[in-house]
Amino acid sequence: MLELVLFYIFAAIAVVSAICVITQKNVVHSAAFLGATLFAVAGIFLTLHAEFLAGVQVIVYVGGILVLFVFVIMLIAVERSEHERQFNRQWTIALITSAILIGEIAYGLYRGRDSFVLPPVVVPPAVPAAGNSELVGTALYTYYLLPFEIASILLLVAVVGAVALAKKRTSAEE
Amino acid sequence: MVTTFHYLLLSAALFTIGIIGVLTRRNIMVILMSIELMMNAVNINLIAFSDRLQQVTGQVFAIFVITVAAAEAAVGLGIVIAMFKNKETMNINEIDLMKW
Repeated sequence: MLELVLFYIFAAIAVVSAICVITQKNVVHSAAFLGATLFAVAGIFLTLHAEFLAGVQVIVYVGGILVLFVFVIMLIAVERSEHERQFNRQWTIALITSAILIGEIAYGLYRGRDSFVLPPVVVPPAVPAAGNSELVGTALYTYYLLPFEIASILLLVAVVGAVALAKKRTSAEE
Repeated sequence: MVTTFHYLLLSAALFTIGIIGVLTRRNIMVILMSIELMMNAVNINLIAFSDRLQQVTGQVFAIFVITVAAAEAAVGLGIVIAMFKNKETMNINEIDLMKW
């Protein structure tokens, strides 16, 4: 029962803040609502017994990506964009396309809803031998070691790319 | 009782909101934020099934998704800064140099 209440609270916060993210005029308000959504999704992860992912969500998304967003908003002028038109001219077409997408997803979920009712797990972990972080770490460093290393290279490339994109051009390059 | 179906519905809602944001807004910062929303929706799906099937693989993949999201945000915001230096705008309709 508590699980259900927690789920509905977090889901409501997530969805309402997400709608606010895309409707607010001021970009700073959008960023604040994005933070609320990310925290609510971290709560959803907690209800799914993924404690490690909830921590990573808060640290990486809220502590890293969102702060980066706010920094960039600080660097570039915000005031002028508030007075411009906020939505595209083709927003009607966009909404129609989104409605079709909603229909497709709803149809898929409706037709497949029985397949989500899986038989209960045969061997329920009576006493979880290891904590969630330990399980994730073991899987990450043994079976998924190669993807893990590739992800680190991806991050390195992204760091170099971001620096190369954002730095000032020297006179020698021009 | 919260079932996997609940989580899938929440994930679908967040993903659709992200899609609408990308398609209708003109401010490039809001578009990047909508992409982050869609990544979060995917993560909810992965972890819901990870919990349902009692397998840790979904959580490992969610970590990879978060990695890709961080890289995407870094590069995307670098592009925004470079674009703002050149064009002094955050409106994507004015960034049409390569549009035919």
